[in-house]
Amino acid sequence: MLNRIRGPLGALALAAVAAMAPSGAMAADPIKVGLLEDISGDLALIGLPKLHGSELAVEEINKAGGVLGRPLELIHLDPQGDNARYQEFARRLLNRDKVDVLIGGITSASREAVRPIVDRTKTPYFYTNQYEGGVCDANMISVGAVPEQQFSTLIPWMVEKFGKKVYVIAADYNFGQISAEWNRKLMKDLGGEVVGEEFIPLGVSQFAQTIQNVQKAKPDWLLTINVGAAQDSFFEQAAAAKLNLPMGSSIKIMLGFEHKRFAPPALNNMHATANWFEELDTPEADAFKKRWRAKFPNETYINDMGYNAYVALWLYKNLAEQAKSLKLDDLRKVMATGQACVDAPEGKICVDPKSQHMSHRMRLVSVGPKHEITVDKDYGVIQPYWLGEIGCDLTKKNDKEQYTPTSLPKK
Amino acid sequence: MFAELFSTFYQFADVFAFLILSAAGLAIVFGMMGVINMAHGEFIMCGAYVTVGLVHAGVPLPLAQACATIAAGLIGVVVEVLIVRKLYKRPLDTLLATWGLSLIVTQGLLILLGSSIPGIGTPEGSFTVGPYTFSTYRLVLFACAIGVLAAIYVIFMRTRFGVMARATMQNAAMAQALGVKVGGVYAASFGLGAALAGLCGALYAPTMTLIPTMGATFVVESFVTVVVGGANVLLGTAPAGVLLATVRMLLNANYGQIIGQIGMLVAVILIIRVLPEGISGLLVRRGR
Repeated sequence: MLNRIRGPLGALALAAVAAMAPSGAMAADPIKVGLLEDISGDLALIGLPKLHGSELAVEEINKAGGVLGRPLELIHLDPQGDNARYQEFARRLLNRDKVDVLIGGITSASREAVRPIVDRTKTPYFYTNQYEGGVCDANMISVGAVPEQQFSTLIPWMVEKFGKKVYVIAADYNFGQISAEWNRKLMKDLGGEVVGEEFIPLGVSQFAQTIQNVQKAKPDWLLTINVGAAQDSFFEQAAAAKLNLPMGSSIKIMLGFEHKRFAPPALNNMHATANWFEELDTPEADAFKKRWRAKFPNETYINDMGYNAYVALWLYKNLAEQAKSLKLDDLRKVMATGQACVDAPEGKICVDPKSQHMSHRMRLVSVGPKHEITVDKDYGVIQPYWLGEIGCDLTKKNDKEQYTPTSLPKK
Repeated sequence: MFAELFSTFYQFADVFAFLILSAAGLAIVFGMMGVINMAHGEFIMCGAYVTVGLVHAGVPLPLAQACATIAAGLIGVVVEVLIVRKLYKRPLDTLLATWGLSLIVTQGLLILLGSSIPGIGTPEGSFTVGPYTFSTYRLVLFACAIGVLAAIYVIFMRTRFGVMARATMQNAAMAQALGVKVGGVYAASFGLGAALAGLCGALYAPTMTLIPTMGATFVVESFVTVVVGGANVLLGTAPAGVLLATVRMLLNANYGQIIGQIGMLVAVILIIRVLPEGISGLLVRRGR
């Protein structure tokens, strides 16, 4: 562009552009925030609030003076739920746009597609979903909840309340498979029994056979970790067949807001543990929801992923300002102190130095017959302790691995 | 024992209904007219959205479903006149044009109506057989699938329109020479196909998540059913539905949904390898 401007007219134009540049603290070069979120395709439903959460955070942070006196500039690309596009766009953001920080990804498959690409750079990557846990990677900071926060709370509660026999309906990819593994481990520790496990290919929408398999196995409750709009049809079809079983999940209600999308009572008796759900009514949460709804009045539901996306940028601001730098190594030094925290709408939450995952205030929520939400238990703040316990310590070494209960680090 | 037998029948009926209802519209548009309609799923989605919109507006479900079927049919006629008509001699271009239409519709709807609309709930009604409870509505779907097959047969074999339509599909120039208004027949046939797709969406709307891309869940099943059925949809579609439903139901029941899906597609590959003209090709050969 510049080399095309020649002669006196060009010089004049350049001077004019220079004169128009804003002055003051925000005159500094913007910090580039690369964002990969699905806002079309099958996951648009849950991805759109993530974009909105990021936009809200950027607006608020820029109003509050930016990060280290520099404004944030959001560069959002829509990978449309396609993992190949995730990789292509991640490369583009990292190599061409040279973003200072990369945020995003919905499914665990998309995260694992992007992670090796980020690992070849010195760019911090924030993954903002709750997920199946276990990623020990110095480039990645995980902002969502993990199994020790979600399953170690929910599953004992379900067993105590409903009984020891569970049937698992899970999406057939890494998230569903590893979550089911967590369930197996926890049920074994509790003396429970997994009476059936079904892994469903993404995109399947018909569940008559599954419903019958469940009835045949006679479980006390269901663990529903089915993913995507098509698989969510299970709830409507199970309700129509009068399956009437209690259900537990790590992704229903707060993430997919099924209780807002399906006609009652399809989601009746669903239970989940969450660090955020829109029905949370603390003063901080109410103020946050008010700001969100002022900017996005038509949002169906402010889901936990959108909330986490919002928190991630404030966490980034705190990290960068404590480190007085945007460099990954400097940010990691701050995280290593255990003092990297953020005052989020759920309360004060901090980064665990060993795993770079967040502590969270966890609550158990239940859906009633009219799809009303009640909070049945408040667990307080729970640390993401599992990775540290099994030997991941990012302050000492960078494993770049994902561990599961049956795939632990080599001693 | 009876419970197990009934449950097997119910599962078969459920898969069969899904295959036949999703394929019926495409059987006419692709099977008879030879238009590779990549927007087939969007006609299904259209039926579902119109049904749900009308039910939210207070219209009773069966009436809403009827209106949705008609709406999809009318849109089908418009699409035929505006787009498909110009491309009958260029089948690959129809593929591209209808695919483009499909992208425009799903993305346009996402922008206009948002990423999902609230569901309406399946009509009440369930019954118990032995240890199992079943949704009555799923049997209604099965009945509708049989009804659709019967209706297609009657329309194309027993009506004047059917004779003209079959004549036009076989040899348009000859039909025109004999006084058939070929353009009108094409538009009506395409509209009928779109209406049947809309009916499928209308019938499944209460049981599913409503998102702009919901039609995609039906597309694979509809295409494989039509391909296995072969060119003569009046002969082929029903046996194709029975065959694929049996394969899928047995695998689903014994090995789970993953194997069920893989198995059905493997069966399709084998069938079109052995019978390139589909089941109807085999039946026609036998008949000669």
